[in-house]
Amino acid sequence: MKLLVNFSRKAGQKPIIAQVVKETGVLINVERAIIDSSEGEALIDIPDESCRIVKEKMASLGATVRVLEHGIILDETECIDCGACVSVCPHEVFYFDENWEVCVREGRCVLCGRCMDACPHQALYHKDEL
Amino acid sequence: MKKSIDLINERVRDGNARVVTADEMPGIVAELGDEEALREVDVVTTGTFGAMCSSGAFFNFGHAEPPIRMERIWLNDVEAYGGLAAVDTYIGATQQSTTREDQYGGAHVIEDFVAGKSVELRAMSRGTDCYPRRTITTDLLLEHLNQAIMCNPRNAYQRYNAAINTTDRVLHTYMGMLLPNSGNITFSGAGVLNPLSNDPKLRMIGSGVPIFLGGAQGMVVGEGTQNSPAGGFGTLMVTGNMKEMSQDYVRAATMRGYGVTLYIGVGIPIPVVDIDVVRSTAVRDEDISVDLLDYGVPSRNRPAVRKVNYAELRSGVVEVNGEEIRTSSLSSYRKAKDVAETLKGWVEQGKMTLVLPTRQINPETRVKSMHESVHGPRVLDIMDKRVVSIGESEEIRAAAQKLLKGETNHLPVINSNGLLVGIVTTYDISKAVANPGKATLVRDIMRKKVVTTTPDEPVDIAVQKLERHNISAMPVVDKDMHVVAMLTAIDLGKLIGGRWLK
Repeated sequence: MKLLVNFSRKAGQKPIIAQVVKETGVLINVERAIIDSSEGEALIDIPDESCRIVKEKMASLGATVRVLEHGIILDETECIDCGACVSVCPHEVFYFDENWEVCVREGRCVLCGRCMDACPHQALYHKDEL
Repeated sequence: MKKSIDLINERVRDGNARVVTADEMPGIVAELGDEEALREVDVVTTGTFGAMCSSGAFFNFGHAEPPIRMERIWLNDVEAYGGLAAVDTYIGATQQSTTREDQYGGAHVIEDFVAGKSVELRAMSRGTDCYPRRTITTDLLLEHLNQAIMCNPRNAYQRYNAAINTTDRVLHTYMGMLLPNSGNITFSGAGVLNPLSNDPKLRMIGSGVPIFLGGAQGMVVGEGTQNSPAGGFGTLMVTGNMKEMSQDYVRAATMRGYGVTLYIGVGIPIPVVDIDVVRSTAVRDEDISVDLLDYGVPSRNRPAVRKVNYAELRSGVVEVNGEEIRTSSLSSYRKAKDVAETLKGWVEQGKMTLVLPTRQINPETRVKSMHESVHGPRVLDIMDKRVVSIGESEEIRAAAQKLLKGETNHLPVINSNGLLVGIVTTYDISKAVANPGKATLVRDIMRKKVVTTTPDEPVDIAVQKLERHNISAMPVVDKDMHVVAMLTAIDLGKLIGGRWLK
């Protein structure tokens, strides 16, 4: 399960993720992070069963946490099944089925947005702004 | 054995023709042999669906009251050609909107018209006795136009070179997004389904041949621009009635960092009249090779990394120097198949009969590069040959003195053999002086990764380097890394007014 963690101005200076890992023992995989001196956002991947405890611990340390519901979404009316997205995706989200239609493994997506840049038909978008 | 076009058309009209798509043909020929395949198959349909930038359409709007001779014309803020008479125009697919830049262009105007959407026409004129009106603004649907004739100067490329990028930054090209350090490969083309790949000698494809174009029944006009069938890169000029087209096969697109283009479906039915047609339509993806070019080299002559065929490209991974690199297609194989299948249906149902070319396209044609009578400026035309350099084992103080005396901000650093090994700037020296540490020699503070240019490099390429690295000067080196000059931002001033021409 993927969680979107936002660090506030103050909390940004504390090693929140490290502290959560230490205290909960849950192995957190940081898939994307933009952190500067005052604030930051991180996309983390954790086992589903650890969701509650990680969320609570993060919140208690001052971070806001929400579950990432959607990965990248493919607009089938715009997509022409070229496959420009296939090779640029670092997580192999896109693949062709036997009819040469582009398919999406949404769960793998970390919303890096690279495919949105590569799509000639503006057929890819996401709901959760990172 | 031969089969006449009349016999084939008789079968088409009777609904008895055996029509297959080009991807089925290799299997049929392998199973039946050439002779039997010739007896069995009457028509092979081909198809391709991809970015075809050199496309556009002629429009005639009908006369306004009072009438206007339009001189400058915009459709949804995309400028169309105003050099035709009165209310004719041509809109090119890659022309970009004056207000929305690369998010909207000529291709979008064409798609919007085909989709039944309203398009705003604005035009200006200086007014004449016969055409007194000076401006016009009106919303138009495709049905309001007298003619909307798509006429694409260069479509249906026989094949297209694949692209890779060996530089360390992302490139945005007409071949799509190319990841750094050979991170991916992009390619375009329908391979086994491509029309010209199924008739490379241009025996059945030529002027007057009926085709599928954007969902309508169109026609081959003749050879396309940049046609180069002798080298395996044939192109076609094609035309068709936009009013009969479908948005399923006419799609505008934006290649980020490149601009607007039009994706369009083109398919050609090939009559199987003799053994040679059987053999040429039995072509497989494996048989069609292209060069994998390094788009990191900003030149017309990009180096080929290797040869690669369409079977490899379509497999999803291509091996380059022992590494598996993932591929992306920019054209749609599913849509190409759709075009070939639709065309097959038309011929089977007798909606399209076959025609031999009324004028043959010369298969020996080869494309030429531009004849340039005046070469653009090169670095040697504007570079500053007064080079002030410093040895790597000299003291920082010596460097500071040289910078002052030489009235420069950049000092190339050379080793004992006189070769370039680094560069120091006034900034580096100031930093060393402000934070005195262990560093005493030039080699301790120099930057070792030096961006360089060469005397014969075009200035446009050198300027790209300066901009990309956010620097204001770089050493000009010969092939052995001797510094022969400096190119600074100040030298670029010589370009103004053609002073570099002397």
